Amino acid sequence: MEFHVLAVDDSIIDRKLIERLLKTSSYQVTAVESGVKALEFLGLLDDENTNTHVQKAVEVNLIITDYSMPSVTGYDLLRKIKESAMLKDIPVVIMSSENIPSRINNCLEQGAEEFFLKPVQQSDVNKLRPHLMRGKCRTQNQQNIINKRKPLEECLSPDRTRPRFNDFELVQ
Amino acid sequence: MEVDQLQRSFLEYTNSLFRFLDGQFGQLQLLQDESNPEFVFEVVSLFFEDSERILNDLTLALDQQNVDFKKIDAHVHQFKGSSSSIGAQRVRNACIAFRNFCEGQNVEACRRCLQQVKQEYLLVKTKLEALLRLEQQILAAGGVIPMLDS
Repeated sequence: MEFHVLAVDDSIIDRKLIERLLKTSSYQVTAVESGVKALEFLGLLDDENTNTHVQKAVEVNLIITDYSMPSVTGYDLLRKIKESAMLKDIPVVIMSSENIPSRINNCLEQGAEEFFLKPVQQSDVNKLRPHLMRGKCRTQNQQNIINKRKPLEECLSPDRTRPRFNDFELVQ
Repeated sequence: MEVDQLQRSFLEYTNSLFRFLDGQFGQLQLLQDESNPEFVFEVVSLFFEDSERILNDLTLALDQQNVDFKKIDAHVHQFKGSSSSIGAQRVRNACIAFRNFCEGQNVEACRRCLQQVKQEYLLVKTKLEALLRLEQQILAAGGVIPMLDS
């Protein structure tokens, strides 16, 4: 199963680091330098009405973002994703160099799956897999509904083999 | 010089850097492998470029008639982050001290902090450049860069 992670960080060094860490886990990575670029990539920038959200050609299975960024912060990004009917089930992880309990709590309350303190370690990245597995499952179900296909009857079962499915023609 | 000797020099030199570079640098070295043989070099190069840009911005900002302490704090915060990501602990600590003085909004104190940060940066830069040179020598002699005990 291939996973695609969107990494968001305004620091070029941290972008390089997170990209390398994610790639060692064999994830596909798109790294962007701002919250605005992330919103653009996710198709959340132009339309206010999330019901007419344009499906991206590339599926994103997890978003990992820095907290402190100019203009659109990681927290803003998290909220926008959770407010979007189409994207709310994509797991979001926040990274921050500052260990502020209220910040961590706010992010987790808003729906972030994890909060990593920087510098991010391999052991942190190893924690992403279960979130990715769950996220992939849910978005596949959603796409099935949009395409008016039968919903997946089973998704993940450790004992049986996973169901095989073809690439979807995504709704424009 | 023989590969053995170069590798020993490399390990000795790396060990001597423990005051300047913390465990995070070791993590970076672990991320380097045959598929990414230049990883450390690339990250360190980015760090040099980024640092020099921030130091210039800080110098300019402290030279202004009306010093914008919020902006300075933002720059120092950035520098603290990048130095932390590379393991340059003395630079990071100098940035933490700098941020405390920013709160006090004392221009002279901030200028002194900037000098301190600059000094620490130049020190770690020299060390990193020497380390990378040793790596190049090992590779040129046909050897592999020895892995360190984490």
